[in-house]
Amino acid sequence: MTILFDGIAFGMLLFLISVGLSVTLGLMNFVNLAHGVFAMVGGYVCVVLLNDWGVPFLATIPFAIIVPGLVGVVLERLLYRRLYEASDLDQVLFSLGLVFMAVAATHYFFGARQQPLHLPAFLSGQIHLPGADIGVYRLFLVIAGIVVAVGLQWSVIRTSFGARLRAAVDNQRTARGLGIDVNRVFMLTFALGSALAGLGGALGVEMLGLDPEFPVKYLVYFLIVVTVGGGGNILGSLWAALLLGVADVAGKYYVPQIGAFIIYAIMVVILIVRPQGLFGRAHH
Amino acid sequence: MTSLASPVAADSATAIHDSLRRFRRSADWKPLEYLFWCLPVAAYFLFPGNYLLLSQIAVTSLFALSLDLIFGYAGIISLGHAAFFGVGAYTVGLLGMRGMGDPLTGLVLAALFAAILGFFSSFLLLRGSDLARLMVTLGVALMLYELANKFSGITGGVDGIPGIEIKPVLGLFEFDLYGRTGYIYAVVVLFVLFWIARRIVHSPFGQSLRGIQMNAQRMPALSVPVNRRLVAVYTLGAAYAGVAGAVLAQTNQFVSLSVLGFENSADLLLILILGGTGRLYGGLIGAIVFIVAKHFLSDLNPQYWQFWLGLALVLLVMYARGGILGTASKWLEKRRQRAQSRPVGGAA
Amino acid sequence: MNAVLQTHGLVRTFGGFVATDHVDLAVQAGARHALIGPNGAGKTTLINLLTGYLAPTEGRVTLMGEDVTRMPQHARCRKGLVRTFQINQLFGDMTVLESVAMSVSERLGLGASWFKPLAACGEAVDEAAVILQRLGLLSDAYETTRNLAYGRQRLIEIALALAQHPKVLLLDEPAAGVPTSESRELFEVIAQLPRDVTILLIEHDMDLVFRFAERISVLVSGALLLEDTPEVIANHPRVREVYLGEAHG
Repeated sequence: MTILFDGIAFGMLLFLISVGLSVTLGLMNFVNLAHGVFAMVGGYVCVVLLNDWGVPFLATIPFAIIVPGLVGVVLERLLYRRLYEASDLDQVLFSLGLVFMAVAATHYFFGARQQPLHLPAFLSGQIHLPGADIGVYRLFLVIAGIVVAVGLQWSVIRTSFGARLRAAVDNQRTARGLGIDVNRVFMLTFALGSALAGLGGALGVEMLGLDPEFPVKYLVYFLIVVTVGGGGNILGSLWAALLLGVADVAGKYYVPQIGAFIIYAIMVVILIVRPQGLFGRAHH
Repeated sequence: MTSLASPVAADSATAIHDSLRRFRRSADWKPLEYLFWCLPVAAYFLFPGNYLLLSQIAVTSLFALSLDLIFGYAGIISLGHAAFFGVGAYTVGLLGMRGMGDPLTGLVLAALFAAILGFFSSFLLLRGSDLARLMVTLGVALMLYELANKFSGITGGVDGIPGIEIKPVLGLFEFDLYGRTGYIYAVVVLFVLFWIARRIVHSPFGQSLRGIQMNAQRMPALSVPVNRRLVAVYTLGAAYAGVAGAVLAQTNQFVSLSVLGFENSADLLLILILGGTGRLYGGLIGAIVFIVAKHFLSDLNPQYWQFWLGLALVLLVMYARGGILGTASKWLEKRRQRAQSRPVGGAA
Repeated sequence: MNAVLQTHGLVRTFGGFVATDHVDLAVQAGARHALIGPNGAGKTTLINLLTGYLAPTEGRVTLMGEDVTRMPQHARCRKGLVRTFQINQLFGDMTVLESVAMSVSERLGLGASWFKPLAACGEAVDEAAVILQRLGLLSDAYETTRNLAYGRQRLIEIALALAQHPKVLLLDEPAAGVPTSESRELFEVIAQLPRDVTILLIEHDMDLVFRFAERISVLVSGALLLEDTPEVIANHPRVREVYLGEAHG
């Protein structure tokens, strides 16, 4: 039971970080391997504020959302925008370059060590239930994940911004003709995805760890969530992330000798059998 | 049909014959190519203290060549080519541990095992977008990495296989401490395989790969069994990568887990893109530039190196998509066009 | 009664949409057969079914008496069922000669040979040059395909197909996108093809169709409306209705 819950909490973190990638990849068709960088930025913002400036943990969270969001806006304006029409390969190479630079820069400023994080007392400890011990922080993660998932799904389907995003993605030219500022919609979407990644990165320091290699270490996990969940599919990403989280935690606990092998194998099989993702809609 | 094949008037026949002369010679070796292959010979005499680094360039060149075959020519993008390189390296390592250190046997078996893996994994790549191919190749390489990591009883896990005993080449040439034999060996293997690859890309088979890369939809309408060709070239590229890995293991007498790693695949892709794809020499030039730059820059600080590497990637994508050779040939083409248009403009 | 290419109750649906509706088409040996119909009638879908690019939902395709319904595209092509494309499907970075020589070498079965350079395959290169000469493309032999004007590219599209030695040639709007003056030339080239090449032509331009075809099939909403000589078709009330209806609608 504890393992299941840990897995769900891990999955929620993966969801928070990956959902932005799901949108850029699935809706805007941008293969952004550098997505984990935004999560890392969120993580470092949180840790630095907490440890060096003495800001309380929960108060660091808004900064961990806003800063990566702003970084996202700047990068989108300066660089990403010019590559929306480029081939998958160009996007891969470009974003890989960003990852390398981010990893090196982080090394330079913060060193290679894992960043420590001390949770406030009210978020640590465990709740003892019959049959399971549940970490308070894990519960907090799960709730945060659900709130974000519901909020996102609602905003994409119900709000006018969501409608404009879907229109812009469906057919850019028509959307422009309807007076939608496609550039602005893409920029805001990119920023939102980056901000959510930052949130996930900050909340994930305790569970995922934080060091300069973060964007590379978890890159495959983010990609698995998106490919399995089906690009651009928020609920699909959620299910995929939960599945992956539980499978990963359980796999490492019960069959440590094969490690992550199963995860990769499952990903490859899904890609072969259902290239549009487990929860994705088939493209004609 | 008959009229298509019917004899043409004699004068136009000679006209055709003349116009074909240039095409018939298109696969000949060019002067620049001879010059290029003087480089490894010159390097042997000019940098006697750097044989290990030079061998590394030769190995990386061969590895990049193998990726060029599948990506540059057939258009199959891969972010997991290290899988085959690693299979080759581990083949040599495991054989060496059992006292089977004959280099040429090692090469053949490495090529064989890598080819087998390539053959079977190629079927996973026949359908699907570039992105799906990226993910599948990446996934296969990661799976191998995990296997090598966890079955440490056989592979040595993260410690790798140190101190592989490699027998003298052909029973005559001992691998020495300075890597002199190793360098010559690596260059000879590279040259032989390059020569074969050059024949292949100029053959009708190679031409059909270019066709598939440019317009895969059209090829079946020219009676080309596209999937069969893709399987063949992927298997071939895997075998080449296996040999590259084998040569690395033999010249270093050491196999580390990193041969299978993601960064090995990513660096390789960068090297090929940097040099220019689909030109055979692109990977070689990319390897020279990359290894030399890495040698000097990571002497300063390994992390700085990674930063410059990333910056190079970003700039490459934004400003020089054809890589070194592609940009150079575009520049030459522009100059040629300008040179052509000038006299015409003058005459008009 | 010597049909080289025939369909038997061919059906293709996309979801609920019936793109090809029980088509029984027979193309006679040596025919100059045209397939016409308003936009969206399913002409290109039918071609795709004939060549194997699409699999039919129901029905069969026979080529010279042989059932090829399950045969992959490249194998049908090898048997002599060759097509051109409505929108150029060329090899932009190859020279004209390279791409046609490639097509010839594939027909000669050299495609899997990997050691001898294509340029040294005399037979393939010679034949490619002859084809280029016949289509007036020899002067552009060394031009990169993408640098040529669209009309010239249209000829390459045909050259690639001729290099396959078609027994049945499916021309999908060969003059699409080409200025009228050039399309006349293009049709002269097509009209000169020997009689042992059976031609099925899809064309929009009625002038061209009536000058070229000896047999015309009319496709409407995926189904064959009728098949007859150009004279009959031109005066048939239903055809006029379909076309005039389109023109005025």
